[in-house]
Amino acid sequence: MYVAGCDIGSLSAKAVIMEDERIVSTHVIFAKPEPDESAREVMGEALKKAGITREDISFCVATGYGRNNISLADSAESEIACHGKGAQWLMPDVHMVIDIGGQDAKAIRLDSSGNVVRFAYNDRCASGTGRFLEVMAGAMGIGVEDMGDISSGSKNSVSISNQCVVFAETEIISLINAGKQLPDIVKGLHNALAHRVAALARGIELDKEITMTGGVAKNNGMFTALQEALGQKIRKMDTDPQIVGALGAALFARQIAQDTKR
Amino acid sequence: MIAAGCDVGSLTTKAVILNNTRIISQAVAKSSFNPEDSAREVMQNALTAAGLGMGDIGFCVGTGYGRERIPFVGKAVSEIACHAKGAHWLLPTVRTIIDIGGQDCKAIRLDAKGNVVKFITNDKCASGTGRFLDVMAKVLGVGIDELGGLSARAADPVVLAATCTAWAQAEVIVHLNAGTSREDIAAGISDAMAARVAILARAVSIEKDVCMSGGVAKNTGVLKSLENQLNVPMRRLRIDPQVVGALGAAIFAREKMEGR
Repeated sequence: MYVAGCDIGSLSAKAVIMEDERIVSTHVIFAKPEPDESAREVMGEALKKAGITREDISFCVATGYGRNNISLADSAESEIACHGKGAQWLMPDVHMVIDIGGQDAKAIRLDSSGNVVRFAYNDRCASGTGRFLEVMAGAMGIGVEDMGDISSGSKNSVSISNQCVVFAETEIISLINAGKQLPDIVKGLHNALAHRVAALARGIELDKEITMTGGVAKNNGMFTALQEALGQKIRKMDTDPQIVGALGAALFARQIAQDTKR
Repeated sequence: MIAAGCDVGSLTTKAVILNNTRIISQAVAKSSFNPEDSAREVMQNALTAAGLGMGDIGFCVGTGYGRERIPFVGKAVSEIACHAKGAHWLLPTVRTIIDIGGQDCKAIRLDAKGNVVKFITNDKCASGTGRFLDVMAKVLGVGIDELGGLSARAADPVVLAATCTAWAQAEVIVHLNAGTSREDIAAGISDAMAARVAILARAVSIEKDVCMSGGVAKNTGVLKSLENQLNVPMRRLRIDPQVVGALGAAIFAREKMEGR
């Protein structure tokens, strides 16, 4: 039995196709202006990789900010529930998920069955989301995907005093003008974002077993900075952390498909 | 008796010169990277306009974020105290001052004597400060001083859902792409700005009379939005609202000279 999950975020769209207990294909694209268009394209690619068609999929669940406008999905589920579900399936010992997306950040506490116990969420202030790094990368003329590697060369990270994206952007420009080294500035930015997200996570109390999901988790510098800010280890996923929401959606789809069959 | 006040802000530097109880000159200039240079330049402009030299100043008080670095001042006083002093001198009935600067916003409550009884500042978040308008004006491709006029001509103001400057900027771009008029967007920007400032103003519990100071007070769009949202009239000050802090500093300088 094939099921699918589709996560339409603000910046990227992700799809996961599962056959029984196994992930058979995944795909990630940049989001289109219309959520439905993103869903069609990302699912189309995932189906092609799996060598099947939409008709082969028993059930498809959508999640992400565009989840309610997806014509190819059978139902929708919240991102919080999907990230929890996906992370717990990949790592059954994990009881806390920190997800940093392009325009939000979440901290989620789970019970041993992967159900959400508590969560904290920020989508009000761009500082504390992936957008913070994106704006700063733009100001420095570097790619956001290169920030992890750049920060690894830091010897003496700078401290960024402004929290606000707008004020921090000005601060970065003066730091560059003051002759600060790029790796030190980038490391300082990672630390700044990590502190914001750590504060969000502390609001719901930390668990010993934490993992990180979302596109920003691919940035090694950010991963390290968050460990430092939390003062504890984070478990790294061996699966692409960006597809965890879509995976969770596929797991919900499987549950629904099994329940209907019974 | 010549007294002077100098207000070195993040974006502009202001100077006011008093002869006894009369403002004899004032000057405003963009702040440079060096607060010392900014202060010297703007004070020189004010002195030249008054036909005076630096030696004629009996006492000078500095204020603003660069106040500790002005070489020619005898004393530095906080911006809050200076704005309160200046506004109360201009309008003795004032009890609430809303000061919006280039990178911060303050709400100040006064008693009948003009003493500060309560205040709140936002300098952490660009939203609700002059910087918000600056970013939005750039996206609209207009000068910051044009926003008020554009707002006044709006037919159907847009509603910006986001508070955060970064998100609101993205919203404005979406509106522009959708063909919404600049006038309607500008009015939405004024409303969003006022909504953020109103939160601060309410936190000090507004009492009449209310006035605005700082550069943003010259933006009629924000001023009118704020009047609507707070449901109080804003009393207009009889001088450029941008120099109220420098005026307050000059009054402190005069008091110092009088031995008060």
